[in-house]
Amino acid sequence: MIPQNLKYMESHEWARQEGDIVTIGISDYAQSEIQDIVYVELPEVGTELTQKTEFGVIESVKAAFDLYAPVSGEVIEVNESLLDAPEQVNESPYDDGWFLKIKMTDPSELDALLDADGYQAHIEAEHA
Amino acid sequence: MKRTPLYQVHESLNAKFTEFGGWEMPLQYSSIVKEHLSVRTNVGLFDLSHMGEFDVSGPGVNELVQKLSTNDIGRLTDGRVLYTLFCNETGGIVDDLLIYRRADDHYMLVVNAANIDKDLTWVETHNNAGTKVKDVSENTALIALQGPKSIEILNPFVPKRDVSEISFFRFVVDEIAGIPTTISRTGYTGEIGFELYVDASDAENLWNVLYPAVIEADGQPVGLGARDTLRLEAGLRLYGMDMDDDTNPFEVGLGKFVKSKGRQFIGKGALLAAKKKGIVKQMVGFQMLDRAVARAGYAVYQQGEHIGSVTSGAPSPSLKCNIGFASISSKITLEDEGIDIEVRGRLHSAKIVNLPFI
Repeated sequence: MIPQNLKYMESHEWARQEGDIVTIGISDYAQSEIQDIVYVELPEVGTELTQKTEFGVIESVKAAFDLYAPVSGEVIEVNESLLDAPEQVNESPYDDGWFLKIKMTDPSELDALLDADGYQAHIEAEHA
Repeated sequence: MKRTPLYQVHESLNAKFTEFGGWEMPLQYSSIVKEHLSVRTNVGLFDLSHMGEFDVSGPGVNELVQKLSTNDIGRLTDGRVLYTLFCNETGGIVDDLLIYRRADDHYMLVVNAANIDKDLTWVETHNNAGTKVKDVSENTALIALQGPKSIEILNPFVPKRDVSEISFFRFVVDEIAGIPTTISRTGYTGEIGFELYVDASDAENLWNVLYPAVIEADGQPVGLGARDTLRLEAGLRLYGMDMDDDTNPFEVGLGKFVKSKGRQFIGKGALLAAKKKGIVKQMVGFQMLDRAVARAGYAVYQQGEHIGSVTSGAPSPSLKCNIGFASISSKITLEDEGIDIEVRGRLHSAKIVNLPFI
């Protein structure tokens, strides 16, 4: 199930908007493709992110996967619990497995992201 | 991409597939970690039908195999298996392989999937006594049963013998549930186990005999993902990652499979000369000291000096830390075990450890 209230990147990151704060993570589809996540490398609080550029890396047993920022802005909170329990990304990609909270610089950037239906179509196209 | 006779079985088990050596192979069925741990604690079932098999027999066969092998096939008797390397004239490794002696003039060579064509050409090029060399890879399926429970799983299907009596690196030709099988006590996991060679037309039957017993024993089908982490923990090199045509056996710690005394083989001169001159690279095992994962190709440093690179690296599901092999300068003395590995532009601490890891 793809949550309706989130926005998505084609690279499978999601963004949840609450005012000018955006929480980001990766989709259930992405975690099930990556599997066996053992490490998530995230930026520190205060780091400035730019939309669609790399901000971190997921390591699975098999390979490393780059993470791309859904929006530009400053990192105001990092999910530190992923350091000791990266498997939360596999188990709970939309809740416990979140990565960062970002203070957006330009909320209109969200318009460039996919909605749930668009993301569903994107997954189906990628899988076909 | 080529598919094994078990492709549809994997599809029905919802395997994720990957390309390996020109083959479309199962990468994983459930999770690499779960599959890995099931081999360590219970049992796993692998389709390795992508591996190549050559049937070599007839006049001149002993001389042909002997001159290609760095290891001494004179040590083989019927029913024994030998791990060996083929080297080229400059001492580089053409392939690593298993040699099965079926009779005093009949061998089976089991080679890496990606090297089947190269190896066949190599063997044929040096076959000047009319030895029969047949690539039987297409007609041969290979299913591996690996893990502490493999003996108890296999035994009920082999009524004529107790398979626990097949020693390590020995094989028998027998039947499993009536299916003619070469039952080999070998593997690539570091666990007790068997590699089972059958006719491709029997592959699905054999899989279907073993699969329910494997599941019953809390085992799993295992893909190439876990095969890679299992062999890494067991300290086993992988051709194409840890060695290639430009690497000699000494540089990857496989010198004990080079038997030079009183015999001739291709590459011997170059290998002896290289040894005399001094081997410049060595292969070591390492363990990361933080959460960073070192992958193949990453640069290795010691006290700021670039000393080599990672050839294989992954998280170890059994040890719950990140491990790998690195090819580093022979000048490095292993008493100073501290090294640094560059992961995405930053140096991360690691230490050199003895192989195997488990």
